[in-house]
Amino acid sequence: MRERIVLGLGRLPLHGMGAASVTWWGTLAFMLIEGTGFALAIAVYLYLMNLATVWPINAPPPDLLPGTLMTLILEISLVPNILLSRWAEQQDLRKVRVGIVIMSILGIIPLIVRIFEFPALKVSWDSNAYGSVVWTLLGLHTTHIITDVVDTLVLAVLMFTRHGLNLRRFGDVQDNAMYWNFVVATWLPIYGCIYWLARL
Amino acid sequence: MNGPPTAPDTRDADIERTRLPSVLAETWKTPVGFWGALVTVDHKIIGRRYIFTAFVFLAIGGVLAALMRIQLAQPEARLFGPDRYNQIFTMHGANMMFLFAVPVMEAVAVYLVPLMVGTRNIAFPRLNAFSYWIYLAGGVLLWTAFALDMGPDVGWFAYVPLSGPQYGAGKRADIWAQMITFTELSALAVAVELVVTIFKQRAPGMTLDRIPVFVWAMLVTSFLVIMAMPAIMIASTSLILDRLVGTHFFNPAEGGDALLWQHLFWFFGHPEVYIIFLPAAGMVSTMIEPFARRPAFGYLGLVMALIATGILAFGLWVHHMFVAGLPRLGDSFFTASSMAIAVPAGIQIFCWLATLWDGRPVFKTPLLFIIGFVVTFVIGGLTGVMVASVPFDTQVHDTYFVVAHFHYVLIGGAVFPLLGAVHYWFPKLTGRMMSERLGQWSFWLIIVGFNATFFPMHILGLEGMPRRIYTYQPDLPWHGLNLFISLSAVILIAGFLLFFINAIRSAHFGEVAPDNPWDAPTLEWASTSPPPSYNFAMIPVVSSLHPLWDDRETLPVAAGLRTDRRELVVTTLAGAEPQAREASPRNSIWPLWAAIATTIMLIWSIFSPWAVIWGSIPVAVALIGWFWPKGTPEDES
Repeated sequence: MRERIVLGLGRLPLHGMGAASVTWWGTLAFMLIEGTGFALAIAVYLYLMNLATVWPINAPPPDLLPGTLMTLILEISLVPNILLSRWAEQQDLRKVRVGIVIMSILGIIPLIVRIFEFPALKVSWDSNAYGSVVWTLLGLHTTHIITDVVDTLVLAVLMFTRHGLNLRRFGDVQDNAMYWNFVVATWLPIYGCIYWLARL
Repeated sequence: MNGPPTAPDTRDADIERTRLPSVLAETWKTPVGFWGALVTVDHKIIGRRYIFTAFVFLAIGGVLAALMRIQLAQPEARLFGPDRYNQIFTMHGANMMFLFAVPVMEAVAVYLVPLMVGTRNIAFPRLNAFSYWIYLAGGVLLWTAFALDMGPDVGWFAYVPLSGPQYGAGKRADIWAQMITFTELSALAVAVELVVTIFKQRAPGMTLDRIPVFVWAMLVTSFLVIMAMPAIMIASTSLILDRLVGTHFFNPAEGGDALLWQHLFWFFGHPEVYIIFLPAAGMVSTMIEPFARRPAFGYLGLVMALIATGILAFGLWVHHMFVAGLPRLGDSFFTASSMAIAVPAGIQIFCWLATLWDGRPVFKTPLLFIIGFVVTFVIGGLTGVMVASVPFDTQVHDTYFVVAHFHYVLIGGAVFPLLGAVHYWFPKLTGRMMSERLGQWSFWLIIVGFNATFFPMHILGLEGMPRRIYTYQPDLPWHGLNLFISLSAVILIAGFLLFFINAIRSAHFGEVAPDNPWDAPTLEWASTSPPPSYNFAMIPVVSSLHPLWDDRETLPVAAGLRTDRRELVVTTLAGAEPQAREASPRNSIWPLWAAIATTIMLIWSIFSPWAVIWGSIPVAVALIGWFWPKGTPEDES
């Protein structure tokens, strides 16, 4: 077919941020997948809880301290995380470097707390279905923290290299911050399930 | 591909039009040879590969079906014992659902959607390459296990406790569960790519009401994949945990529940049916236009029916569990919703009939398959409404009536449109036409063979023949019909053989196809047959639902993209207004490394939980290698 030029694209930017970026939408789609996974895992918890005559089965409720500490740390991490996202939007490389180092640390600290959270469940995964589901919920969330921490660490290194000063990297930092918000947001219903439903 | 073929920031409009294709071809090329095959991220090469692989699985899954028909042709047959037969029907179902039906629909979309929306590559092309390798690994895992006599033998839905640690000794059920992980991982990856391609890479001007119906169908399907497949991944992972590390999800003795498995499986399993059917419905709505020689009747109705089906698909799963003894109120709700989904299906059928009624139909092979689809799918739909009723379902549950029903829906509802689609899009994929004469022969053999094979199964089911029995006694009244079915299957197989011969022969010797052999209205036909690596030398600009029918001679296009890097246009979600000249990733070996690392981790984890820890390190390394910027022009912003 013959072509007839009716539109010029020459002035468009070489990369879009936020909703103009395909990576942003990809991250959103993966959050939808994983969010569905979390929702279903919680549904499994509620289903088993509904079946059981006593809940938790043959175990005391989990120790509140590590889980609550985890919730506090995750909530606090939102402040630098949102700031980091804003700095990335402003393409302020110096502040982004500071922010991403802070977020790397704030990603590792919850993993340390998590080490104490598993024993605080006071039940083993192979004791009964209650143990299985709480270990799975906690394990699933831990996987998400690890994934995001690895991503944050790699990005942190990247931001200190010659590849850092690039709109694409600032977009990556924003997407990574969005994903951390998701990791924090999904923790709240899981925290409620594991620590408070077991006390009803 | 070491350096840009033109100077940095060269624009397409700066280059002579006759020289533009060679410049773009250099930027977008896949290296020839084995290395090129490993590193390519071209959606057309990967799409073709996906389609080919899926049809190979169809063929070997069909061989299993033929073996079952030989076994059942007469009472007390001894071709297989019960153990091998269990493996064969499980392999047939699992293979057809997870390795053929879902992947083939996504595969067609991987090839066509970027062309139909007027872009140069799928979103996340490296993820696309990764998804194919993972899919292939899952298929090879399943079939290798079968060859080693450790194929799954627990039915394609692997109900516990049969598949649990107590009854499912060995690794057979684990093979099934991990095959699920492979195929769902690849399906989810493709779903994400398709959603983002359709949302963000549509040609300028392709507003929501100008999206071809097939593309709409793939959008809805991708959301179904995204929302449904996590359920089966949670289910299969829990099953592996129960079997490997002693969790008790499905163990009633320790507070678990066997029905939990059924809920999780069918929460995925029912949408799965629509994940297979909706793309087929989209193919029909798109293919019918050039053969009816008029726009499809009721575009809005067709699109709304797809969306309505997608939503209702999540409210039906319990109808697979009517005999599990659930509360009556629940049963009634799911009966109502199961019948309700016939409404959007009916809307589409009436729209297609109206399109043909008001059109000037040309009865080429694709249209024959469409008509065969309408007839067969309506029969399958009617028996679907029948089994939605609890008392009737209780009578025929687990009998050949159900086998007949779902083969009518799946083969009639999805495979017939797919075969039509292969004939229709074959010239675009290969640059050659399929033989019309062989196409018509294969159509008639398949439609006659199919109905003669599967219709009598309704009667067998009503006569009480259970599914999944490896043989039956001579005094039961089933052998006459079973022999008839097995003989009819020969006709069906002959039809499929003819189809395969036609496809292979035409790919080599078929008549050379023009760009738009069917005078079709959608954008993929604006490109050459087959399209060049960059799809379009200049991105089309769309101002209607049928861009190629508005003006058959000239194509409105946009200029200003760079030629020294892989560049395409990102547009707004609703209005498709240009937002950015975005880069599209180059070829890379990293997706293959990531797939190999993932495969090792997943297979190892069938045997040891530590695989998840140690195996994830190479995966992480591969992913870092994948995403680390290489300083190519594509990284500029």
